[in-house]
Amino acid sequence: MTQTLKTADVVIVGLGAAGGIAALPLAEAGLDVVGLEAGTRLTRRDFAPDEIRNNVRNWPQAVQKANHEVPTHRPNPDTPTTRAASHPMMNGVGGTTLHYWAQSWRLNPWDFRVASETTRRYGRSRLPAGTTVEDWPLGYDELEPYYDTVEWETGVAGRAGNVRGTLDPLGNVFEGPRQRDYPMPPLRGTGFTDLMAAAARSLGWKPFAGPAQINSRTFQDRSPCMYHGFCNRGGCHVDAKNGTAVTTIPRAEKTGRFTVVTRAHVTAIDVDQRGRVSAVRYVTDGTEFVQPAQAVLLAAYTYENVRLLLLSKSRGFPNGLSNNHGQVGRHYLSHAQEGRVTALFPFDLNTWYGLPAQGTAVDDFADDNFDHGGHDFIGGGNLWVYSDRRPIGAANMPTFGRAPSWGSAWKAFIRENADRVNVSYLQKTTLPYEGNYLDLDPHVKDPLGFPVIRITADYRDNERRLNDFIQDRMERWYRAAGAVAVIRSPLGTMGPSTHTYGGTRMGETAETNVVNRWGFSHEVPNLGVLGGSVMGTSGARNPTLTIQALAWRTADHLVKNWKTIAE
Amino acid sequence: MISRRDLLKAAGAAAAGAAVPARTGAEVSTTAERHDLRHEAATRAPLESLTAEEAELLTAIVARLIPADANGPGAVEAGAVTYIDRALAGPLAASRESYRRGLAALERYAIQSRGAPFRSMTAVDQDSVLIDVEAGSATQSAGFDGSSATFFSMVRAHTWQGTFGDPYYGGNRGYIGWDLVGYPGVRTAVTPDDQRLGQLPPRVRRSAYDGDSFNKA
Repeated sequence: MTQTLKTADVVIVGLGAAGGIAALPLAEAGLDVVGLEAGTRLTRRDFAPDEIRNNVRNWPQAVQKANHEVPTHRPNPDTPTTRAASHPMMNGVGGTTLHYWAQSWRLNPWDFRVASETTRRYGRSRLPAGTTVEDWPLGYDELEPYYDTVEWETGVAGRAGNVRGTLDPLGNVFEGPRQRDYPMPPLRGTGFTDLMAAAARSLGWKPFAGPAQINSRTFQDRSPCMYHGFCNRGGCHVDAKNGTAVTTIPRAEKTGRFTVVTRAHVTAIDVDQRGRVSAVRYVTDGTEFVQPAQAVLLAAYTYENVRLLLLSKSRGFPNGLSNNHGQVGRHYLSHAQEGRVTALFPFDLNTWYGLPAQGTAVDDFADDNFDHGGHDFIGGGNLWVYSDRRPIGAANMPTFGRAPSWGSAWKAFIRENADRVNVSYLQKTTLPYEGNYLDLDPHVKDPLGFPVIRITADYRDNERRLNDFIQDRMERWYRAAGAVAVIRSPLGTMGPSTHTYGGTRMGETAETNVVNRWGFSHEVPNLGVLGGSVMGTSGARNPTLTIQALAWRTADHLVKNWKTIAE
Repeated sequence: MISRRDLLKAAGAAAAGAAVPARTGAEVSTTAERHDLRHEAATRAPLESLTAEEAELLTAIVARLIPADANGPGAVEAGAVTYIDRALAGPLAASRESYRRGLAALERYAIQSRGAPFRSMTAVDQDSVLIDVEAGSATQSAGFDGSSATFFSMVRAHTWQGTFGDPYYGGNRGYIGWDLVGYPGVRTAVTPDDQRLGQLPPRVRRSAYDGDSFNKA
């Protein structure tokens, strides 16, 4: 039996980093908003400092919809697909902002203009063969007010490096100009991060404390961070992590205009005879509901955004919703986040506590912050070291060829070295290419019988050369701080990731993009898309703040153009 | 790179003449206290999923993965087998069959290749069997479900969880695992002093679920 519900002004599919942001400006403008979320609500009592629950068992008390829809992956069409055991993203009110690292960066201005800036500075031939990269349809300056809004409305801690052109060497001097400082000072340093910052300065680099969507002091009546060491894939026990579940979503609910529907498993988006979105279909406990809407914002993460569009076929859209130009799933990339460097020190680091966002960054080799004239790649990487360790993870540290992986010799090694290892996080520019894309897997289905996403994607020479370059810098940094051994991990493959881009890319032309400069479909005027799937480049840093700034901007555009878009 | 075989040779040479059967525990239980812990581990927890025979074999395996030795008690004393047994009746139920097949296959391999059941071998021979299982070279002769290396890495991962995870799940008894790696313990608030170089904070020993601050998983 199907139940048809009362028409809403706006339906948001997914209440995570993106949808949870958009709800607030829409509800505050007086629109009736329904948010459909596959997961449930979780509270601070659910966030035990428990490594088995967080890091081993993937939150057993939570809805695991995404884990039943893990995408398959193949590096190219000639290779069989493989399927990872689990999905990196989270279902719940607040989505992955419940347990993410909360690093909260603005992209560098260069990331919005990779094609034209590379051409201008080095010549068009320096754009890697096969890349489909385009300039974004907006620049950093146009997004800056929305970055500012999200930083102040949710709470981001950091040290500004460039306020209206005035540089502060204790912040990131490579960032684009911002209109004002962060609302909170950065998270504090530790003995270890201070050591690393001093080592970076000894190399002539410019270390700084990176930005985090975490309270460094009481903010909006919520507690400061307790640095207790369970933030990495853990929810916050004092609500100091400013995910949407504790910031924008409750504020949107307080307007009385925003209804949160949990355990809603969305299966399709309907269109009317005019080719406009008319309703969202979802299933809860075997019952199908139709939620009619004047406008729909799709915010279900890259894989599910693309999947729902491809599954929503109709006479007007025989290849999937908003896909009459064949662009849904194209220009996909996942961030080159692997290729880490791990170091062994001859002394204890005391990094048992802290969090991944409590770290020291170096941006000297990120984006286009250095001359690439003598290099064989474009783009760069952000170097990041941080304080984060738990016992099971510690006991699984590599042994650097100095001990076997079990037995008495291992035990002696681990007893001495468990607190002497550090793993860096190196995010690098990644580009879209012809041949890297998402589509529906012809063989693997979810429990409802719908095909899962198939990722066909691999890194190319530009990403591999850049990885070598960045690993060289990271090794130098560790050795300057006293490390006695390092291990370089491979860059890996473009399998399922927490940092994914493209698939519904934003751009001026419908021929190469799915959504326009405001985030609305080129083909379906009352359908907006939120999330990393609209981004055409990765930058060298975590995407969440950019996703949220774009989401706020798309919602703002809908409010200001309600009659044109929705009526 | 030091190979495991080289290390084993060195260890074997050093221990020449001292290769007593592992199940007596003579080379590992050097104090009455450790013996008590071990005895307790073996007798206290009623099994929830493993058979008694499987549990004894698994105990002999994890005793070699993280042995009790001069650096203190190991995985058996920490209750890693209890952790695994309980998990196989719950969150790890999907791995129950892999344990049934894998343990049986390991025992067959021990008898085929070394002429003795795993539990009656010397520690050095047990290690050599485990090296074969880890490397995948036990796969063909004994009928593992997939590669023997897959079975080994599964048992290793679960043993580590049961030794170093929160004691709420039945392992890490007496905080043996946390003492081994030097973890200062679960705190819900950490001060700047707790994060200084060269000075670890004092150890606290509690489970995340002591004190009813958190819903149980």
